[in-house]
Amino acid sequence: MLIIDCPYCGPRPELEFAHGGQAHVVRPADPAAASDDDWLQYLYLRDNTRGVFAERWRHARGCGRFFNALRDTTTDQFLATYRAGEQPPAVPRDRP
Amino acid sequence: MSRFRTTRGGRIDRSRPVRFRFDGRDYEGFAGDTLAAALLASGVHLLGRSFKYHRPRGILAAGAEEPNALVTVVRDAARRTPNLRATQIEVYEGLVAESQNRWPSLALDVGAVNGLFAAFLPAGFYNKTFMWPRSAWHALYEPRIRAAAGLGVAPGLPDPDRYAQRYAHCDVLVVGAGPAGLAAAAGAASAGARVILCDEQHEFGGSLLAERGATIDAMAAADWIVAQHAALASNPRVTLLPRTTAFGYFPHNNVGLCERITDHLARPPAALPRERLWQVRAREVIFATGAIERPLVFPGNDRPGVMLASAARSYLNRYGVQVGSRAVVLAGSDAAYAAALDLAAGGVAIALIADVREPGRAQGPAATAARDAGLAVETSMTALGTSGRRRVSGVHLGRVGNDGSIRPAASLRCDVLLMSGGYTPSVHLHSQSRGKLEFDAAFGAFVPGTAAERTRCAGGVRATHTLGAALEDGAAAGVAAALAATGHAAAAHRYAARLPEARLEGTPGALPQPAGAVPPAKAFVDFQNDVTTRDLALARREGFESIEHIKRYTTTGMATDQGKTSGLNALGFVAAESERRIPEVGLTTYRMPYTPVTFGSFAGVARGELFDPLRKTPSHDWVVAQGGVFEDVGQWKRTRYFPLGGESLRAAVDRECLAVRQHVGMFDASTLGKIEVVGRDAATFLNRLYVNNWSTLAPGRARYGILLRDDGFVYDDGVVARLAEDRFHVTTTTGGAARVFGMMEDYIQTEWTDLSVWITSTTEQWAVIALQGPRARDVLAGLVSGVDLSPAALPHMAVAHGRICGVPMMLFRVSFSGELGFEINVPADYGAETWAAIHAAGQAHRITPYGTEAMHVLRAEKGYIIVGQDTDGTMTPDDAGVAWAIGKAKSDFVGKRGLARAALRRPDRKQLVGLATVDPGVVLEEGAQVVATPGQAVPLQMIGHVTSSYHSPVLGRSIALAAIVGGRARTGQTLYVPMPGADIPVQVTPPVFYDRDGARLNA
Ligand SMILES: [Zn+2]
Repeated sequence: MLIIDCPYCGPRPELEFAHGGQAHVVRPADPAAASDDDWLQYLYLRDNTRGVFAERWRHARGCGRFFNALRDTTTDQFLATYRAGEQPPAVPRDRP
Repeated sequence: MSRFRTTRGGRIDRSRPVRFRFDGRDYEGFAGDTLAAALLASGVHLLGRSFKYHRPRGILAAGAEEPNALVTVVRDAARRTPNLRATQIEVYEGLVAESQNRWPSLALDVGAVNGLFAAFLPAGFYNKTFMWPRSAWHALYEPRIRAAAGLGVAPGLPDPDRYAQRYAHCDVLVVGAGPAGLAAAAGAASAGARVILCDEQHEFGGSLLAERGATIDAMAAADWIVAQHAALASNPRVTLLPRTTAFGYFPHNNVGLCERITDHLARPPAALPRERLWQVRAREVIFATGAIERPLVFPGNDRPGVMLASAARSYLNRYGVQVGSRAVVLAGSDAAYAAALDLAAGGVAIALIADVREPGRAQGPAATAARDAGLAVETSMTALGTSGRRRVSGVHLGRVGNDGSIRPAASLRCDVLLMSGGYTPSVHLHSQSRGKLEFDAAFGAFVPGTAAERTRCAGGVRATHTLGAALEDGAAAGVAAALAATGHAAAAHRYAARLPEARLEGTPGALPQPAGAVPPAKAFVDFQNDVTTRDLALARREGFESIEHIKRYTTTGMATDQGKTSGLNALGFVAAESERRIPEVGLTTYRMPYTPVTFGSFAGVARGELFDPLRKTPSHDWVVAQGGVFEDVGQWKRTRYFPLGGESLRAAVDRECLAVRQHVGMFDASTLGKIEVVGRDAATFLNRLYVNNWSTLAPGRARYGILLRDDGFVYDDGVVARLAEDRFHVTTTTGGAARVFGMMEDYIQTEWTDLSVWITSTTEQWAVIALQGPRARDVLAGLVSGVDLSPAALPHMAVAHGRICGVPMMLFRVSFSGELGFEINVPADYGAETWAAIHAAGQAHRITPYGTEAMHVLRAEKGYIIVGQDTDGTMTPDDAGVAWAIGKAKSDFVGKRGLARAALRRPDRKQLVGLATVDPGVVLEEGAQVVATPGQAVPLQMIGHVTSSYHSPVLGRSIALAAIVGGRARTGQTLYVPMPGADIPVQVTPPVFYDRDGARLNA
């Protein structure tokens, strides 16, 4: 079971959290103006990253807050968690 | 005194004899014995029959790696634990154990069984059998194979024992309390770390428990263990867990431990759980898991009495048991010499040490010591076969010439054949943690490489050669882990250890056999799964090259063995056969559990009523008293129907439905999801989220709301009431409550952060009693105050606040039955009393409580959809016939852009319609397919499916809702529902069957 560092509550076990898919997917400001292709991208197309991936989590059985995390999908290690609306922090090149 | 028990020595308590029973015969052992040790002391070597071939099997090992000696321990009818390793069962007074898989009987000659079944069971027989005629497989082969092949039988009664679970945190978790683990725990504790030390055995010491003559810091090893244990036990920051197996590693240093608490006790105290599951979260983990001796692979190596050399040494030194009178020792590593020396000193005749290595490689210190002690040693030997029936009686040796040729050398009599193929580090947990493994060619095994998590390995698992090296490695790991976990440094203790060095390296694979000759017997690689060299060779001939494929095809290394004794030999054999190096053949994944874990320990207290949280509605106890029938809806217990006087489901539902249509019914609707949406921007928020236009909804009024996902498909629905300008009471489906709340939070927190709005789940705050039927107002009139119930003051879809029986009430005039209806919301704590009061007051109006079954019929008669039943996640509001709810003027809402996609606007989408069977007595199956023409050949052209189907008592006929391609345009057409035997003709109708103009609703 992963340990996830909620930006509001601190480290907690994975079973308190719900995964929320890829982070930083922005709903088009004017959906009516979005082309079918734009809308397809927004609705369905997600990255399948091998390596550092920005993803959403919700501390569903805790504070209830959504936040973002950088997780290395090859090691399951979290490199950072940060609040929704914030830009992802830089990942050190010499990370473990 | 048992015949093979020595007169003194060992760690058993000779002052405490215990009597036990194995396969109906009584035996005696001592406290401190394992079942295997006590049976060997009585000369019992035959303990079971093998999985596939039913060959007699004995005891191979002395620990967790035992693949053969699996037994069932029986306490009573409900307490039968199968597949326990006799080498790990502590004997107690009155222990009852049984052999397994002894069909036709434990002692029957092997030949008959082998001949009978060998043809059935080549490698991959599981796969091949699927090519047999299916009927024959089910009727003939499968039952027979299942009866014949297998391990122990699971108990048939519920488990009466208790199992506890515990979470624990520590700085350093040390797995394994051998010399390295004890040194690691001491090192970490010396730096002030909080330490948990666990070991699967009942006493700490690991390999030291089987040593004679070892000293550490000038103490005999046994005394050192006592001193080390005492020091750790007195440290309040150290938790010691004997009889505790670390069975699995989970991400981020989460390690599963299973502590066996009462299995070794003759009379387990009722207050104690049988086992305790520990979920340990450690900052740092040290795997001091040691190494396991490998068998040698040669024909007939599975006969009872063929045993690991280290096991024989363990039985002698630790348990005071001679495993035989006359031993031949097959040495593939120096460890065999150490065993031979101890056994010779312990009174066992050593007929020969047959070293399977070349002379140059048989020169270690132990080999020299054995020669000096006068033991006969031959090198460049191989084993060609064994003799004996239920116990080995002799071994046929061959000599390998310089050119690789093999000629018979000698046949020696023996009653025990010891073997050592070298040691395999127990890298299971390290590998489960995704740590890398490296092949140590000199040692002949995989050793731990880079760690993937905050773990490190110490001692024998790293192929340390000497006791001193293991201690040093453990101490260093302990202080390093403590420093990493706590930042506190300590100096590693320098141990002064003395123990004759025995080099543990070996060469995995099979012993050489004469070229071209057919071996006289099977050479087993995996004893537990009955996998032989022939099976592995066959798998290769059939094209399997990857070890992962070979593993699955032959089942080698599967089940409880997990490759402990077999894995590396299988790899070595396949590598030799394919002329590759072992690391090129690859390595299969180590799976948890290391040794089997009971289901009970995983379940803990989550059994019966505590299996899942149970949610009860306010009317629950009342319904129980009335004999109502419940159904599970998620975690909720909802009343399905109220049978009266032995009524059938159909009779009860018909009566309940008619009561609502003719008089009045009451229904517990408390499970409906309820969310209060509050704030300056509450209306804006709901406008953006729901399809409806909420700006035009006045306070005190309610509206049917539809929620889509952004792809345009219906996600949830429910009545939404505006309580004030800035306050909405949103209801959701019972099953959708949590996910709708999560979706709202998602949009509030991440998408529309500009809005000032808060949401609160109020599902459990309100008890909701639906009162439906033409007399509903009459029932209510005598109970409520502060509310004008007249149609003018409280029309359909109006909300009012008042009191009922003096209790604060929020009253909705809503209907999910099509009748005049109210939903009475009171604080949940008043729900039961309010329910009873309404029921009592309703007696004068023939009030009838009804359940979910009647509720479904009533709403279907009106064509009201149930999201998730009549919709399936691919239906738009138009498909479901509720597009009227969409606020047409809104520029955006969740799902609006999705609905504009071309595919969602096609006229040939499935639309919800009504179906009326031509025969009114026929009730369609929900989920049945619909076709346009009867008598079609397979594959049928399916144009839709039935989503809801009931008998309607008020209409006196069946009704159904169905999703049909272009359904609304087919109104009046006859379609067909193909069922076994007949195509049922149905007519397409509008989805509303009763009171189409809604006169009753607005009464
Ligand atoms: Zn939190």
